[in-house]
Amino acid sequence: MPAKEISKPISEATGPTGESSPLKEISVSTVETTKRIDEPPRRSKVSIKGINAWFGSKQALKNISLEIEENAATAFMGPSGCGKTTLIRCLNRMHEMTPGAKAKGQVILDGIDIYDKSIDPVIIKRRIGMVFQKPNPFPTMSIFDNVAAGLKLNGVKDKKLIKEIVEESLEGAGLWEEVKNELDKPGMGLSGGQQQRLCIARALAMQPEVLLMDEPTSALDPIASSKIEELVHQLKKHLTIIIVTHNMQQAARVADHAAFMYLGEMIEFGKTLQIFQYPKQELTEKFVSGKFG
Amino acid sequence: MLILVAFAVGEGALPIFSHEGFQFITGTDWNAVYGRESFGALPYIIGTLLSSAIAMAIGVPISLGIAIFVTEMAPHRISTPLSFVVELLAAVPSIIYGLWALFVFRFWIRDLIERPLYEHLSWIPFFDKTPFGLDIFTAGIVLSIMIIPIISSITREILRVVPNSQREAAYSLGATRWGTLRTAVFPYAKSGILGASFLGLGRAIGETILVTMIIGNAIGPAAIPTTLFSQGQSLASLIANEFNEAASDLHLSALIGLGAILLLLSMVINIGARLMVSRMVKAVPGGRE
Amino acid sequence: MSENTGKKERFHRREVQRAMVKNARKAKIIDKIVSIFAIACVILAVIPLTSILIEVIKNGIAAFNWDFFTGRPSAIGRAGGGIGPAIQGTLIVVGLATMIGAPIGILTGIYLSEFAGNGPFPNGVRFFNEVMTGLPSVVMGIVGYILIVLTLGSFSVWAGAFSLSLIMIPIVSRVTEETIKIIPNSIREAGHALGIPKWKITLFITFKSAISGVLTGVVLSIARIAGETAPLIMTILGTSLFFTGFNSPVDALPLRIWRLSSQPYESAQTQAWGAALFLIMLVLVLSVALRLLAQRRGFAVKAEI
Repeated sequence: MPAKEISKPISEATGPTGESSPLKEISVSTVETTKRIDEPPRRSKVSIKGINAWFGSKQALKNISLEIEENAATAFMGPSGCGKTTLIRCLNRMHEMTPGAKAKGQVILDGIDIYDKSIDPVIIKRRIGMVFQKPNPFPTMSIFDNVAAGLKLNGVKDKKLIKEIVEESLEGAGLWEEVKNELDKPGMGLSGGQQQRLCIARALAMQPEVLLMDEPTSALDPIASSKIEELVHQLKKHLTIIIVTHNMQQAARVADHAAFMYLGEMIEFGKTLQIFQYPKQELTEKFVSGKFG
Repeated sequence: MLILVAFAVGEGALPIFSHEGFQFITGTDWNAVYGRESFGALPYIIGTLLSSAIAMAIGVPISLGIAIFVTEMAPHRISTPLSFVVELLAAVPSIIYGLWALFVFRFWIRDLIERPLYEHLSWIPFFDKTPFGLDIFTAGIVLSIMIIPIISSITREILRVVPNSQREAAYSLGATRWGTLRTAVFPYAKSGILGASFLGLGRAIGETILVTMIIGNAIGPAAIPTTLFSQGQSLASLIANEFNEAASDLHLSALIGLGAILLLLSMVINIGARLMVSRMVKAVPGGRE
Repeated sequence: MSENTGKKERFHRREVQRAMVKNARKAKIIDKIVSIFAIACVILAVIPLTSILIEVIKNGIAAFNWDFFTGRPSAIGRAGGGIGPAIQGTLIVVGLATMIGAPIGILTGIYLSEFAGNGPFPNGVRFFNEVMTGLPSVVMGIVGYILIVLTLGSFSVWAGAFSLSLIMIPIVSRVTEETIKIIPNSIREAGHALGIPKWKITLFITFKSAISGVLTGVVLSIARIAGETAPLIMTILGTSLFFTGFNSPVDALPLRIWRLSSQPYESAQTQAWGAALFLIMLVLVLSVALRLLAQRRGFAVKAEI
């Protein structure tokens, strides 16, 4: 991928020299210490620089900056109302679709600022997939059409290609074996967990580079949730995953990096292990040890 | 109560059906002279359906456009007053639409639309009639103006029932606004929008005074429209025109018979519409009407 | 995943991206067209609607003077005269219709929401109620003619009020049911806990909480029937005299507008505009006041059309 070269200088530039103090330490530690001998050096896929977001006059995010590593899972966690969902919605410019909401700052995806004036927010969403809190398959469409919806929307007409991608995406979402004989049945007929995986397949069909998951298991039972978590492990081999969760155990299980947010501010960001075992901030410690949230 | 209505109208219409039989629906004559009475409703059924069809063809797309603008495009501070105004306009009595159409709008129609069409396209049989302004075409257009506030305010409600998660699903796949409407909103709201249109159709078919004032009030075989610019007559307008001048009991019964046909037509449409709208609202978990 | 599938995936990604790039321009243009279409629809609808208001106000003001509101219509073709009987008639007929229609509508609504539950009969009533709101008003006029005019032997206030109340009842009962349904159950349960009989709870607790919503429904339907013309043609007939009794014909505003507009004289047409302005004011003042009231009370009024 040629984009790799473009963004390299940025991640290098922002990593060690970031302004806010916790970020400085952490990005050094994450970038430098997550290397394992058998893996190539990791790089930043998305860098968030000074994002502020508002609902009307109420500020929901206060100057958030962090680096998201490529082909890894990053979790945003924190108590309800801390702004984690707002943050993830800022990453594909979904936040500003809410009436009265706006966002300012930079989100750099492979060297391109998605908040640049010349960027069409529609295009951004084609490169960054999203999965929502509640499964939201299109109720009038079949399983096949649900997965193919994004392709058809974006002008892919080649039937053979669509069929291949649908199959591949359903496989990628771990749903293929369960539904391969009923592709023309309505997507609403599936169970909640299957519906959510259908939505993941729908997002995967777009061949995204980044997948945003906004509390994808909050509406699901534990078994269905664990399937989704297993899926995250599979997907992050090829995809950059950002997952919002209010469930600490889930963050600990699936994420390589974790960010703890509170009242619209980024309190701490680092390797998941470090956040959970050696939190640097008192608030983080209280949260991960279950004293509030 | 509905049974009472149906019973009363049915009883009143009985004499004419026994006099004319099935001819009452298929006949085209309308003669009230004593001894030569002959009544056929066909021209007026056609007039009703044609003017309503024109109203729907114009009114439904425009209403849909307005509803889309209000729910999907306009910022809050424009959409709120706009829907307020639209709803107020739904409360304006039809006699006022009629008055305006009779003294103002028909000249617009005649000079701006009908005349150019007649002059340049009179080889198309639709347009081959010296336009006069009081005809089926005008009636259809004014009816469309009248039903636009009705259809668009119901459609707006229907579009609001579509959950935002559906829109977001489409947007997150990189859909444009139109893509979102097409993929997520319309399939979801389809039956509701259809129902809203049918309610508008019911209104157009039953509208009386407005049509009476502008449709041209032709009688008998002459009321069968040969062009869009012909003077016509609808079921309701003929009732309004002749009810007080009914020459005989049979004539009166014929008019009531027209009412019975109208009742039947609008009942079918309304029941269909209600079924569709309620199916839509029920299908939405937590949806509000 | 094997090497092979990885290659396939990269191929898919390239293909999809190529299609997207090709499609992006087209999608954007279509999107623009749709937006323009929607805005055009709004403009297209607003033009005639503002024209109506402007014409009615402009032409109507010219007719306004004291005599116009109090006087009787002059002989056909002669200038002067007024719409006094029409205003009086509208007030009487609409008032009487409200006195018949509102209680029946409210009682039906209370029955449907509090006592009927969800059985096939109440659901049937509900359904036909809704269908009735969509029936042509001219049909209601015919019913009034057959049941009242033919029975009593003359066109009369009673017949007009009866027909209009037929239009009113389904609207009022629907709104009543909807508002009462919104009243939280906890209020009713509080009553039950105190051992109050059900009819008392309904009357003194539930209905009292819903009263402003119910009033809204009544006013809404008054606005609607005040503008009805068709059913009046075959019930109250119209006259140029003031009210003489409930068993004889009266005049009404919409009827008067209709008769005036069909006269070829300019003075009559001016008066028609004047009457239209008065009617529109009556109806709009009712609806605007209603909506403001409803907004302050904090519940939404569904326009029952």
